[in-house]
Amino acid sequence: MKKILSIILLVLILAGASASLVFAQDTFPTDDDVNKIAKQLYCPVCESTPLDVCPTEACRQWREVIRTMLTEGKSEAEIKQHFATQYGIRVLNVPPNPWLTYFVPGVVILIGAVMLFRGFQLWKKPLVAEPVSDKDEAEQVQQDEYLAKMEAELKRRK
Amino acid sequence: MTEEYTPQRRGVPLWAQIIVWVFLVALLVIVAMGLRRAQQGTVQPGQKIDNFTLTLFSGYEYEGKTEVTMEELRGKVVVINFWASWCKPCEQEAAELQQAWEIYGPTGEVVFIGADYVDTEPEARVYLKKFGITFPNGPDLATNISQYFRVKGVPETYFIDREGVLQYVQVGPFTSLGQFQSIIDPLINQ
Amino acid sequence: MIADFGFGVLVVSFLVTLYSVFAAIYGEVKKSAAMVESARRAMLLTWPLLTLTAGTLIYLLVNNHYEVQFVYEVTSRSMPTYLKVTAWWGGQAGSLLFWSWLMSAFASLVTLRNWDRDREFLPWVIVVACVTMAFFIGMNVFFENPFAQLYQTFDGINPFTFQPADSILFTPQDGRGLNPLLRHPGMVIHPPMLYLGFVSFVIPYAFAMAALITGRTDDRWIRITRRWTLWAWLFLTFGLVLGGRWAYDVLGWGGYWGWDPVEIAAFMPWLTGTAFLHSVMIQEKRGMMKHWNMLLIILTYDLVIFGTFLTRSGVLSSVHAFAQSAIGPLFFGFIGITLITSVALIIYRWAALKSETEMTSMLSREALFLLNNLLFMSILVVCFWGVIYPLISELFTGEKVTVGPPFYERATGPLWAALLFLMGIAPLSAWGHSTVKTLGRALWKPVVVAIAITIAIYVYFTNNIYALIGFFLVALVLLVTIYEYWRGAYARQRSQGENIFVAFWNLTGRNRRRYGGYIIHLSIMLMAIGILGIELFQKETQGTVTAGDSIDIAGYTVTYREVASWDDTPKGVNYTRAVVDVYQNGIYLGELHPRKDFYFDSQQNMTIPGNRSTMKDDLYVLLVDWQPISADGATLKIYVNPLVNWLWMGSLLFIIGITIAAWPDKDPEHVTVRADRQLKQTSAAD
Repeated sequence: MKKILSIILLVLILAGASASLVFAQDTFPTDDDVNKIAKQLYCPVCESTPLDVCPTEACRQWREVIRTMLTEGKSEAEIKQHFATQYGIRVLNVPPNPWLTYFVPGVVILIGAVMLFRGFQLWKKPLVAEPVSDKDEAEQVQQDEYLAKMEAELKRRK
Repeated sequence: MTEEYTPQRRGVPLWAQIIVWVFLVALLVIVAMGLRRAQQGTVQPGQKIDNFTLTLFSGYEYEGKTEVTMEELRGKVVVINFWASWCKPCEQEAAELQQAWEIYGPTGEVVFIGADYVDTEPEARVYLKKFGITFPNGPDLATNISQYFRVKGVPETYFIDREGVLQYVQVGPFTSLGQFQSIIDPLINQ
Repeated sequence: MIADFGFGVLVVSFLVTLYSVFAAIYGEVKKSAAMVESARRAMLLTWPLLTLTAGTLIYLLVNNHYEVQFVYEVTSRSMPTYLKVTAWWGGQAGSLLFWSWLMSAFASLVTLRNWDRDREFLPWVIVVACVTMAFFIGMNVFFENPFAQLYQTFDGINPFTFQPADSILFTPQDGRGLNPLLRHPGMVIHPPMLYLGFVSFVIPYAFAMAALITGRTDDRWIRITRRWTLWAWLFLTFGLVLGGRWAYDVLGWGGYWGWDPVEIAAFMPWLTGTAFLHSVMIQEKRGMMKHWNMLLIILTYDLVIFGTFLTRSGVLSSVHAFAQSAIGPLFFGFIGITLITSVALIIYRWAALKSETEMTSMLSREALFLLNNLLFMSILVVCFWGVIYPLISELFTGEKVTVGPPFYERATGPLWAALLFLMGIAPLSAWGHSTVKTLGRALWKPVVVAIAITIAIYVYFTNNIYALIGFFLVALVLLVTIYEYWRGAYARQRSQGENIFVAFWNLTGRNRRRYGGYIIHLSIMLMAIGILGIELFQKETQGTVTAGDSIDIAGYTVTYREVASWDDTPKGVNYTRAVVDVYQNGIYLGELHPRKDFYFDSQQNMTIPGNRSTMKDDLYVLLVDWQPISADGATLKIYVNPLVNWLWMGSLLFIIGITIAAWPDKDPEHVTVRADRQLKQTSAAD
């Protein structure tokens, strides 16, 4: 009885061990955890290449730094800050001060919208004319063609 | 676009024209400045080098301090070498640089500084240990110093004379100790 | 010898272009029709000359003439012939020549049209087209000579246009070869498409300048260039889509658009070009928005040149950048001159661009088109700021910053949503007058159905708020557009007694612009579905596995079976190819082969994904080399990209739509001309 039990136990342990072999990647920090942060950083050396896809040896080392820092329990913000301090804020995928980045286009667009609506007010006339329907539009086009033919005729006869 | 809707024809009001031209000129100026910067190479000989500070790796020190400031090195010849552990050409000159340091360092006339460009500390330490580097070395934090020198790659070495004026730029590794000495000896003898 | 011949023909092309410019100006100033005609013929001559130049270069490329520097830089013996031909645009000097060649082709096409009604435009169109051409050819002649040869002198081996004293011609054994990233079918078509788009926008611009200079600011210039604009827009859109597809296929980043500064530089003229395309309809129909149209075409042209400049000057850091060279300052000078001239001209003629009618309602179709312009311009402002801000930051604070995807996505997201909404309501609003009531009456049914669809999506698929808003808007536009299309066909069926399919066909044939436009909008909606799918729901995972191990993601199971590595010496590549099995819910779906190709001549790697595509999603498997690759362990990176193939399918429908919209009509103009010629002959007999 004991023999059978110990064999069953052995089998269970081996099964558990092999299961953990297959899913070895589930130990923290996984490649996915590293990539999640690396995605938000740019390679300090290569041009405009995000850190998670950069193939160089140096980038591999930087991703290992992220992994080490995650193992130490550092938060995402701390890791990004570390990279910014070490390599400059250009490795972050957005400038740390969001104000200037969003402020200028926001203001410009707002000014444009204001100018547009002021223009509307100046252009609007009180509604007197009938709505232009598609039939009118077709007639308009025919008129244009007719006018064009007239013009050409007149030119010829000059 | 605001447009005066009156029967007579109006051109663009003066204030609008001024704004448009100012914006246009500003844009062109910015692009021109960017272009000039892109065309510039590294800092060239003849330029006076501003003050900067390099914090050294722990275990390295200069005159008892853990950081080196450019200003306090006035009166000595300064050699700044930019390197990285992931840079293969840097390894070609590492041994020669250490040899040179062992020759010139004790004279007290020359200071060698190693600035680690965009690197990771563990790998940097391995590199320094491998070549037995003993001259002051530290990470170029936020790439401030390499940006100042407009370093285009590694390795690059900058020779600064006793007055703090840049005298020579070596792009790429040194071919031999002799080449290094031929550059530095005239500066010491000035 | 052959290279010298090529350079000679290039120089002749340059001189002919210059002659054309001066002859046109002289002819216009001195009112000499003969001189203008001479200029026109000179412009016609440029295409055969440049074709000869290009032919010479291609001959050199295909026949391994490595003493020519350009050939050495972009080809190698291991490259197949078709790639050697496409290497023509694989480097700076060749791509400039390609630009010039396309420009001359379009300029020639334009000169071949009948100019009887537009004699006053001709000299100025010639001037603008030929000045642009002269600039590009000039850069080839003076700074980036594709025919420069390598000579060995005491200083070493360097390229020269003319043989220096005491030198001998140096012929390397093999070339450096094209960057492996460029050796892909997508890369073969993407630059030509993009350049076609860029270059063809020069023609409407030339006519716009002619209109401003001559004062003929009515819609004549727009009617003439209508078809040019459509084709230009087609090429530019398709060029951008191809670039995205290429990035998706070979970069191994799992995406199709990275908001890289150079991608944005090509995107910005597309924004103004799309706004221009819509806005000119208003000028044709209502004589309004003339200022907008001038501004938009000027912006498009200058953004095209600016974009070409940014890619080649080193001002911005980007994965796309060509090697830096001396042409940066020249480009800058050209941009400065064209910008200042265009702005000065439009200010000068501002009053002449007065509208012929007024806007009577904020919900009329004209007003919505105005809003359309504002939205496109807003997206342009966001993109432009994103590109220029790092430059400003570095110049004025010394601090380098990067503006990446999160900024662009957050800032333009709401603007795209507003544009989608506009696409839904604009077909329902009337010219001249619409009120909330009339619009509401037309709109409420599609809105209700769209809400129902959105609720279904919420219940069955996702509660992501951005996705729900996005799909609601897409559904709305689809419903409105299809409904409008169907209404027209149904009316036709009732009135003409045709069956519904014939009705559709004839309807589309009779009103190609409108219904081609609807098809284009439908195709954009399909593309939007794809973009929403991949942007909002992409899943990725990465793991190191040994043979037999599996990775699970989004219902798929990917099992790593084996890897093999071998050299292909004639091609100069080492292939490392993994085989993975794909299962879904236990069902075997097939195998995929992600690869790493290492090119010996350029010492570069290419990561090619193994990709399983369905309309539902893409299973995209990459062989990454975080760890060394072997049977013991390979690192696989797997993306699941939902709905992404709707993007590519949509772009195919897009081509159909544009072809319909741009298909030539029987132009009344032609009839008039034929009569013209006959009359002229009879009067000459007098």
